[in-house]
Amino acid sequence: MYWSWEVAFDVLPQLAKGVVVTIQATFVASILAYVLGLGIAILKMSKSKILRFVLYWTTEFIRRTPILVQLYVVFYVLPDFGIFFEAFTCGVLVLGIHFSTYTAEVFRAGIDNVHKGQWEAAKSLNYNQYQTWKNVILPQAIPPMIPPLANYLITMFKETPLLAAITVVELFRAADQYSNSHYKYLEPMTLVGVFFLIVSIPSAIIAMKLEKRFKQRKI
Amino acid sequence: MKEVLAFYPILIDGTITTIILTVLSAILALVISFVVGLSRISKFKIVRIIAIIYLEFFRGSSALVQMFFIYFVLPMWGIYFDALTAGVVAIGCNLGAYGSEVVRGGVLAVGKEQHEASLALNYSPYKRYRYVIIPQAIPVMIPTFGNLLIELLKLTSVASLITISDLTFMAHIIRVQTALTLEPFLVILVIYFIIASILVKIVDIIANKFSKGRNIMIAGEN
Repeated sequence: MYWSWEVAFDVLPQLAKGVVVTIQATFVASILAYVLGLGIAILKMSKSKILRFVLYWTTEFIRRTPILVQLYVVFYVLPDFGIFFEAFTCGVLVLGIHFSTYTAEVFRAGIDNVHKGQWEAAKSLNYNQYQTWKNVILPQAIPPMIPPLANYLITMFKETPLLAAITVVELFRAADQYSNSHYKYLEPMTLVGVFFLIVSIPSAIIAMKLEKRFKQRKI
Repeated sequence: MKEVLAFYPILIDGTITTIILTVLSAILALVISFVVGLSRISKFKIVRIIAIIYLEFFRGSSALVQMFFIYFVLPMWGIYFDALTAGVVAIGCNLGAYGSEVVRGGVLAVGKEQHEASLALNYSPYKRYRYVIIPQAIPVMIPTFGNLLIELLKLTSVASLITISDLTFMAHIIRVQTALTLEPFLVILVIYFIIASILVKIVDIIANKFSKGRNIMIAGEN
């Protein structure tokens, strides 16, 4: 079977619509992952042993089970309890929560890297919890976190095709629908792969450059 | 819950398929990791370039897209895979790309003086890697390989979309047959968690074995 430009151009408009959904899903999910991840990281530093224990095993459970199955759980199970979400919302929720357990580790490592003396200094200035975090800890902890967080953004982007399994018409499902109705498999699937490469390779290079830059600053 | 557990034969079948898929693709991924990872530090530029193209290609496009490509597009060129092989090839090639970075990082973490010492002993390149570099690089690689193994296990669930009857696929069958939604998925989530936890434990044991009696210098220290 040979490549046909006719088919490729025919499928493009549908793929373009899918790209928009893919990008929306990536951004909403990543914001959720960052916010939740930071929350988990801060809660994991709590003094309560029970809270830490519960958080540890909850995040481990999420990390050790497949996203696809989690998507099915949210998509098929929530309606049983009278909670109706759109497929897109379900997908974004699951992606965001799943990767928040990963970003939480990044945040925790970043916060741990802030020297103990900084906490003591904040205390001696009589800062309250909020002021300590906002003025002292986070401004120092966040810059080294940016490259790994950017990498998770790329990872999340590459996981969005899974949303196709719960009927979200993102890029992959758009291509698949076209394939199934026109019996053309080569062009749509290739274009999807190429799109992912076009986006993720340059972003990976940017993330690598950021990493180098922040490393230099440390020294 | 009782209705779901009545389906235990297919749950067991699904678990076995998932484990087979995990083991086979893990072996493939491990082989690719070493081949591509060592190619990245080859003397020959062309080998390095091919390795980078492989890495960026499989890391850059999504695993699901690769799987569909192998299963649905390649047959049109006369390359046929059955579903299980397509799944193993896709998962193995994908995780192999990630693993190659681990191998490269591990080898580079071995001190320069080790390379020089083995050169001074007039070791051939094969002997240098076989007896000096790799044995010291492996303890550094194991924890990251452990994480990748869990990612691999999680990726096997995606193979249900190309009709491999693994755990996720079986959960769908049970869902359709019993009209229950929560229970089948809950059961397989727990099974996945148990398999993953066993893998974590195994990796821990291996890591301890390798670090015993060795004075490992972590990369970046020194």
